[in-house]
Amino acid sequence: MNRFAELLDRLAYEPGRNNKLRLITGYFREVADPDRGYALAALTGALSFKHAKPALIRDLIASRTDPVLFGLSYDYVGDLSETVALMWPKAAMAAHNNPPPPTLTEVVTTLRTLGKTDLPKQLERWLDELDETGRWALLKLVTGALRIGISARLAKTAAAALGDKDPHEVELIWPGLSPPYLDLFAWLEGRGEKPVNRDPAPFRPVMLAHAIEETDFAPLDPADYIAEWKWDGIRVQAVAGRDEHGHITARLYSRTGEDITGSFPDLVPSLRLPGAIDGELLILREGRVQSFNVLQQRLNRKAVSPKLIKEFPIHLRAYDLLGDDENDLRELPFAERRERLETFIGKLDDPRIDLSPTVPFASWEALTAARADPASAGAGDDADAVEGVMLKRRDAPYLPGRPKGQWWKWKRDPHIIDAVLMYAQRGHGKRSSYYSDYTFGVWTEGAGGDELVPVGKAYFGFTDEELLQIDRFVRRNTTEKFGPVRHVVHEGDKGLVLEVAFEGLQRSPRHKSGVAMRFPRISRLRWDKPPREADRLETLERMLKAEAAVVEA
Amino acid sequence: MRPQDILLPVAAGLCCKPGGFHIDPVRPVERAVITHGHSDHARAGHGAVLATQETLDMMRLRYGENFAGSTQAIRYGEEIRLGDIRVKFHPAGHVLGSAQIAVTCKDICIVASGDYKDAPDPTCTPFELVPCDVFITEATFGLPVFRHGDAADEVKKLLASVALFPERAHLVGAYSLGKAQRVIALLRQAGYEAPIYLHGAMEKITHYYQSRGIELGELRPVKGVKKAALAGTITLAPPSATSDLWTRRFPDPVTAFASGWMRVRARARQRGIELPLVISDHADWDGLTATIAATGAGEIWVTHGQEDALVHWCQSKGLQARPLDLVGYGDEEETETPLADEAEA
Repeated sequence: MNRFAELLDRLAYEPGRNNKLRLITGYFREVADPDRGYALAALTGALSFKHAKPALIRDLIASRTDPVLFGLSYDYVGDLSETVALMWPKAAMAAHNNPPPPTLTEVVTTLRTLGKTDLPKQLERWLDELDETGRWALLKLVTGALRIGISARLAKTAAAALGDKDPHEVELIWPGLSPPYLDLFAWLEGRGEKPVNRDPAPFRPVMLAHAIEETDFAPLDPADYIAEWKWDGIRVQAVAGRDEHGHITARLYSRTGEDITGSFPDLVPSLRLPGAIDGELLILREGRVQSFNVLQQRLNRKAVSPKLIKEFPIHLRAYDLLGDDENDLRELPFAERRERLETFIGKLDDPRIDLSPTVPFASWEALTAARADPASAGAGDDADAVEGVMLKRRDAPYLPGRPKGQWWKWKRDPHIIDAVLMYAQRGHGKRSSYYSDYTFGVWTEGAGGDELVPVGKAYFGFTDEELLQIDRFVRRNTTEKFGPVRHVVHEGDKGLVLEVAFEGLQRSPRHKSGVAMRFPRISRLRWDKPPREADRLETLERMLKAEAAVVEA
Repeated sequence: MRPQDILLPVAAGLCCKPGGFHIDPVRPVERAVITHGHSDHARAGHGAVLATQETLDMMRLRYGENFAGSTQAIRYGEEIRLGDIRVKFHPAGHVLGSAQIAVTCKDICIVASGDYKDAPDPTCTPFELVPCDVFITEATFGLPVFRHGDAADEVKKLLASVALFPERAHLVGAYSLGKAQRVIALLRQAGYEAPIYLHGAMEKITHYYQSRGIELGELRPVKGVKKAALAGTITLAPPSATSDLWTRRFPDPVTAFASGWMRVRARARQRGIELPLVISDHADWDGLTATIAATGAGEIWVTHGQEDALVHWCQSKGLQARPLDLVGYGDEEETETPLADEAEA
């Protein structure tokens, strides 16, 4: 457990993806079965046991320490698990006998079967046996608050690296595996056969598109491509298969392979034909696709209540078929898969699942026109949920990852405003010596005339060269410093105007300006523009009203 | 005579009226008795200064030849009379030359311990327990969440990281007086024999440590070294430099920070530290409480840090305790003057 805790501790501070991978792979190499398998389970969220409530942890520490000292310490540290881990006084017995700390395996297997009444005593024993970092990790684990910025995908990639395997291979067999993954590690270390995925409804690594630039079009022949609308929803994979008894199992996966079936029980009955659909999750009301803002309201809920299901009816819009019953279709060209998909959806004949229509076009000019006005190019009432077009080569097989030249996404022009840089903050990791996080604002009428009100934060979109320029500007034009934050000059005739692109707007009581941007990024530096000519809050409010009209319509 | 007739907190610091001196005064005074060389305790501009030879040397290095009207060096264990008062210096185990000052008047003995630690440190004389009637203790880490563990284990963490990331440079933020040299000595004790690189601001004081016979192995200035040549190396720098432009000369640096504050994750995260090393030059909670109990003092005065918790603990053990409310002392790491942004030190 102490070694696992050490890993978590280091991961929590490490910002770089590659370095995180190295740390996790290093751990898998160093630690034996079955501990490393349970670690992989913890990192991929595959462990399940009843979590301990914070009140239980409070009771434990209260029985061991002075309440005044605990109160002062908790105020200082600010995190319950960490405070308890740091100040836990070992029992005299434990200190004397020095019993060995529990292994991760012991903790996980015990927690699985332990009754509620036995939990406090058991936790106390472990807290006595572990070191500080071990106690911290234990408390994070048992309270279910293991937030360390690691995705399941990253942990699996680290495991794959142990045997120089492609992470997709691990992803493919993953649904058939269970902790502590002895067969997986045996295969990765060349000691065993590759585990077979017996899961009737496995995830298949998804194929992704490149963003197309103007210069990319020249060599492309429109006849080689099929175009579809790019929907502003969530990319999912809906898989159904027969288990050994002939019963249908259905699962919904996110694009990273997380099983999200539990959040959408209302879609499961519709997945009754064995097959694997690649498509977009949307909210449909009276046959019309709702905006991403509406979908997000459903996503943000923890519990899926009947009311939620009724108010936010879920829908799957299909654009590819990866498997048809027992047949793997991924080697077939897209045009053939599309035909199979149309047949499949026709046979399924379900109101919750429909086909994403293709967009006919003969030239790039025609497609440009369709993209500019989806409503009259076939998207009709759903045009507001279209965020662009997708281009897919007719002859492209379904390849995992982001293969070059096969699929392109061509988004509609984003919203753009000119805003003024107000505050800058240092970045993380490689960027920690640069001011790379920017808060920007727009003008609004204040008590003493026009003033800038912050409307968002962005930390990408600029080139490395632009980053150097902004960094230099920030350092030379700082008016005040608050810890890591610099207050940068922003007056009518002094300051830097940033062109900010974003995907959408929402009302937000948390922001002083009352609006929040989706996906904001710096699209250009407007050295030429004096700050007084930057946009006003009223412009954003108009955009917001336009978006609201879409949502309510 | 009551203890407060011997030592009394005033605006300039802790004042000994009958002896005519102040201990670690924060403002210029006629006679200053100084515990150790950190800048919040040892300031320039006093009339006469009494301190250990090392402390006087460090003040000279920092402030120049004329940092005081006159100076007098005193050894550990040596006693000096000032008026009706006897003053005796004892090792505090904090940094090279650091001392606790025992002030005795008739039969009352007060020990002003300055900053101290009871943990082993290869770069200075170990802390000596001085029985007394009143013990003046610091409380920098005066909360039970601060338990610092073995510094050697933290250095192992650093070396494991260097082994895991041989293509990256490791930058260790450490206060330039005491902490940096201790980290270097611990690295040598752990068997690390490669040259260790130094930020320009570290060189003078580190060479002074070497001149006092502290073995630190081969040290090199980092200035002028090619970026690629710094892969797999360890560089010591003042904490403020590890998040500055200066770091761009290193290949994909891992930022470490050696400090007792690193025990608390939020503190490490705030500073953007990737590798926190819990290495402190102050006593931790267990060290503070054990020392207080062992002095046999019936009265405890608590200064700079988390006074509330330590005062509460003393009272719960039946000791008289009160906060001294002295201002002007802090953790050195927090108060060290940051470098100018574009400085190429």
